[in-house]
Amino acid sequence: MTDQAASDTPSSATAPAEQMAWDSKARRVVTLYLPLACFVIILLFPFYWMAITSFKPNAELYDFKTHNPFLITSPTLDHIYKLLFETAYPRWLVTTMSVAVGATFLSLLSSVLAAYAIQRLRFKGSQYVGLGIYLAYLVPPSILFIPLATTVYQLGLFDTPLALILTYPTFLVPFCTWLLIGYFKSIPYELEECALIDGATRLQILRRITLPLAVPGLISAGIFSFTLSWNEFIYALAFIQSSEKKTVPVAILTELVSGDVYQWGALMAGSLLGSLPVAIFYSFFVDYYVSSLTGAVKE
Amino acid sequence: MTVATVTDWSRSRPQPGWFMRALDYKPLLILVCLLPAAGLLTVFLTYPLGLGIWLAFTDTKIGRTGQWIGLENFEYLLEDPLFWKAVFYSVFYTAVATFGKFALGLWLALLLNNHLPFKSLLRAIILLPWIVPTVLSAIAFWWIYDPQFSILSYLAVDVLGIRTTNFDFLSTVWPARWSLIAANIWRGIPFVAISLLAGLQTISPSLYEAALLDGSTAWQRFRYITFPLLMPILAIVMTFSIIFTFTDFQLVYAITRGGPVNSTHLMATLAFQRGIAGGELGEGAAIAVSMIPFLVFATLFSYFALARRKWQQGEAND
Repeated sequence: MTDQAASDTPSSATAPAEQMAWDSKARRVVTLYLPLACFVIILLFPFYWMAITSFKPNAELYDFKTHNPFLITSPTLDHIYKLLFETAYPRWLVTTMSVAVGATFLSLLSSVLAAYAIQRLRFKGSQYVGLGIYLAYLVPPSILFIPLATTVYQLGLFDTPLALILTYPTFLVPFCTWLLIGYFKSIPYELEECALIDGATRLQILRRITLPLAVPGLISAGIFSFTLSWNEFIYALAFIQSSEKKTVPVAILTELVSGDVYQWGALMAGSLLGSLPVAIFYSFFVDYYVSSLTGAVKE
Repeated sequence: MTVATVTDWSRSRPQPGWFMRALDYKPLLILVCLLPAAGLLTVFLTYPLGLGIWLAFTDTKIGRTGQWIGLENFEYLLEDPLFWKAVFYSVFYTAVATFGKFALGLWLALLLNNHLPFKSLLRAIILLPWIVPTVLSAIAFWWIYDPQFSILSYLAVDVLGIRTTNFDFLSTVWPARWSLIAANIWRGIPFVAISLLAGLQTISPSLYEAALLDGSTAWQRFRYITFPLLMPILAIVMTFSIIFTFTDFQLVYAITRGGPVNSTHLMATLAFQRGIAGGELGEGAAIAVSMIPFLVFATLFSYFALARRKWQQGEAND
């Protein structure tokens, strides 16, 4: 962890020697570009392997002796074809998409209102409500899924996508509220005061003044919620039983993995297709992801 | 009639309805604004949390309401070697994976903090493992850890020639445990690195210049400037990382499902196996409840670290 910082300088730290070390190109390659290249290769390799496996015919897939496993000699769409037309994969994709969109919409709506109330309609104890929401984020799904399963069952929602849409906000709302509080804080309060003097109601202020200015925050919160809902696993595993209502991550693991012989080609194709929507989404909004991850306020 | 048209100099502004006017009454507005979030969190978070603690003291099974049995579930668990194995592995997994993630993540953040070409592209690429659904990348790792066709075995045996037999990743106890930890570290590095990079960028360069003028070594600059100033964000990120590593479920469920011989069960996967798959809701809830003390400890750690500096919104939220 400290190698880089430590190895920047030679052991005898006289000023001119350090200056030279600072400019030395070879040193820069060894201490900076080489480790960075290793990091990038290791972080990306599983995706490369996933992608290359999904386009390999089985003959190449299970024969490393005659084919170089890192390359494809005769790419095939068999695995993807099989996935799309012989399994319920398109159906799972649609379910996942609608659950993610529904949960995102619901949590965005409730967290915008909550964040506005906490940050702008200051009231007695608003900071405790903020603290409570922060604490709610620290409750992980792993300790909630068993009692939630019984709650969902009592409400008659078991085995319906609605159960997922209603339970995902438990981890989305705290995050989005916390993020939006930060964005609202960055909007000058004077703007709202002006509108208040001009006779706008509080809700008009929220709709016409605060929300348009908080659009980057809304986008961040929205794409984040979408990604988190798309990736959610444990609730979807515990609350959904019928095969056609499963979400992609659960369905791949429970429906495609059958018997002792794993169809690695189809499994990897399923993983690739399941990752692509999020990855594409991500590539359009990288800056928003980074800014919401780090809480930095852009614009 | 004519009078009406004459006096109508300016178009009358549409008056807000009674509902809108009622909403201008601040306490009501606050109530209405907080209602959706508070309602959702109460019904699907606070209530289940309480219900879970209650379930832990009953013998509820799927499809049968349970009786209050006091501490029986916990007494049973205390004598269950499998439970202790899961506690041990959860702590071990969290400790090693957190250490690995932060060591490598901090290193990566320090590397990225230099002047680099294509910096934003690089940052986007590095965050990718964190964006892709964990289960799907876990399946990729499962394939990488395949006993027969592992690409790592191919590299070691056929390309580098440092081994004569394939790696045995998942079928014996300790290799399986380390393989899972490696996958967890792989997934955690981007989050740690990008959060810490944000922290690094807030440190003023003038501090480094001043230290450089005073003849400090690189190690001293790291130890006395970077590290102390990074401490607050490091503490928050670490708390989140510890909580979500300790309660991890997806990775283990996707790659080993707790095997071989139940050696890689985390508390969360054991709770799932007993509670949902086995139908013993009460016992599963007891296992889940046993995780709470660990989480409270991690949260207190976060609280006291946060108390040093004022709260930072959004930062370090997973």
